[in-house]
Amino acid sequence: MALIELSGIERRFLLGDTTVHALAELNLQIEAGEYVAVMGPSGSGKSTLLNLLGLLDRPNEGTYRLEGRDVTTLSPDEQATVRSTRIGFVFQSFHLVPRLTAAENIALPMTLAGIPLAERNKRVAQALKDFGLDQRADHKPDQLSGGQRQRVAIARATIMQPALILADEPTGNLDRHTGDEVVNLLEALNATGVTLIVVTHDQGMGARARRQLVMEDGRLKSDSAAADISNLGKISG
Amino acid sequence: MRLTDTLRFARDAATGYPMRTTLSVLAMSIGVAAVVILTALGDGARRYVVGQFSSLGTNLVIVLPGRSGTGGFNPANAITTTPRDLTIDDAGSLRRLPGTRRVAPLAVGTSEINYGGKLREVMVAGSTAEFIPIRNFEIAQGLGLPEEDWNRGSSVAVIGAKIREEMFGANPAIGQIVRVGDRRLRVVGVLKSTGQGLGMNTDELVIVPVSLALAMFNSNTLFRIMIEANSRDAIPSTKEQVMETLKQRHRGEEDVTVITQDAVLATFDKLLGALTLAVAGIAAISLAVAGILVMNVMLVAVTQRTGEIGLLKALGATARTIRFAFLAEAAMLSAVGALVGYLLGQLGAFALRQFFPVFPAYPPDWAVIAGLSTALATGLIFGVMPARRAARLDPVQALMKH
Repeated sequence: MALIELSGIERRFLLGDTTVHALAELNLQIEAGEYVAVMGPSGSGKSTLLNLLGLLDRPNEGTYRLEGRDVTTLSPDEQATVRSTRIGFVFQSFHLVPRLTAAENIALPMTLAGIPLAERNKRVAQALKDFGLDQRADHKPDQLSGGQRQRVAIARATIMQPALILADEPTGNLDRHTGDEVVNLLEALNATGVTLIVVTHDQGMGARARRQLVMEDGRLKSDSAAADISNLGKISG
Repeated sequence: MRLTDTLRFARDAATGYPMRTTLSVLAMSIGVAAVVILTALGDGARRYVVGQFSSLGTNLVIVLPGRSGTGGFNPANAITTTPRDLTIDDAGSLRRLPGTRRVAPLAVGTSEINYGGKLREVMVAGSTAEFIPIRNFEIAQGLGLPEEDWNRGSSVAVIGAKIREEMFGANPAIGQIVRVGDRRLRVVGVLKSTGQGLGMNTDELVIVPVSLALAMFNSNTLFRIMIEANSRDAIPSTKEQVMETLKQRHRGEEDVTVITQDAVLATFDKLLGALTLAVAGIAAISLAVAGILVMNVMLVAVTQRTGEIGLLKALGATARTIRFAFLAEAAMLSAVGALVGYLLGQLGAFALRQFFPVFPAYPPDWAVIAGLSTALATGLIFGVMPARRAARLDPVQALMKH
């Protein structure tokens, strides 16, 4: 059973009086533990796909099965629970809550899920150690460097031990060196079995993924996995 | 999300924007403080007046010359324009009524008091020995007016504390002869100082026998007759008997007005109670305004924190969690505002009492409870809309606004 199964996904937006097909005829399977890069030009539907996979958005048509369960028909609250327990988000602009400390930001998903304080503190302490943030626990985001902020964000994304991490341009606001560190961190997580889906413009970063999806005009232009299977040649970027 | 976490989250959110939090707390606290202080003023006025009336004496029935409150033009009134005099004998006749304990006629006028070359204008009250106990006055030195035939007043006077002070200074006043108008009177007593009261200020009063006063003012009619009933229950029957007796004496004409202290008191009590309620209502308007301000502040907060709301949704917050977080913040703003306002109001009432010690400016309990609960209720009600708006935000759109 695949972790993610998309079949016949359509997502349309109405812009003025024209209908824009952000996603069209999308069929996709992603197995648990995969490392997938989603690439393509701006407006190709990468972000829409990511939002859809993260249950932040609903398709107009088609079904999305996550771990075998059709999640498109779930109520908003049920979807929130799925997001809380199964999905971790990493954003380009980090999205840390400015008034909360690093430790509190990391604990936020657990706080929202109603996990008792003692358990939260235990897990946060472990996460701070794992991500090299011990010395920064009580710092507010504006006292942290970009790399530290993204590490806090990744710690937050993993604190609920999700099956899937969705990263939207995770290195977009970072310099090359810090960006590499963050990618290494994400790849290390993937190595422990967490499925990693990264949306990126960066060819170099995309190439590091074991599977590349290239989007264009809301359609899947190429899929390296499919290409491998049918031996149709190189992946075009 | 656990309740304590929700509260903590809301608290951190509120303190994260100190300026707007301070302003909305201030608005709410001004509203509550206004309710507390204004009702303290209103209720203080009520207590003050009621207290003053009570200090006039207890179980009083008061007779005024002339008919009042007849309403409309009556041919009979046109013929008998001047009412019959209210005489000392009228007052004397009331002493025999079963329900009365004490009766005191009262004639009032102004005159001059003269002693040792010092001259001063004074208020002169002509009455009898029982006037002082009926009005609950106290004698500081000497005696009150002597018990004697009401029509034959001896040449004596009881003077107020301030007059004694001004005329005699450090010298003894008792036994001295003063001139009041064209009479030479012996000072037999000095009243205890009471300060400003309702009606007359006893500190500047000279009390003389009633017949003397009438002669001095060249008048036959009394200003009032004051009757003290045996008990509170006896007041209505006493009032009727007084009316009946005086009607008989005045050849069947009801040309006097009999009022009871209770009736006057009840009227004032009602009047000032209504006034307090009215000012409380006016002050409550400021609470509603404060509620709208809290709503505005929360709407701004939702706009300001749109990105954060999107994030919370992405992290798995349900609409309910977000609603509660924002509602808790609104409730917290109004609760803190209400509390600060309550303290400010009590402080204001305390300051009022310090500056005007005779004025019992205590906010009534009902006003405090109503003010606080209105503040909390408006905060919550006006917090609902912003909270719902936050909960309904589309996470994708919200996340883009960062």
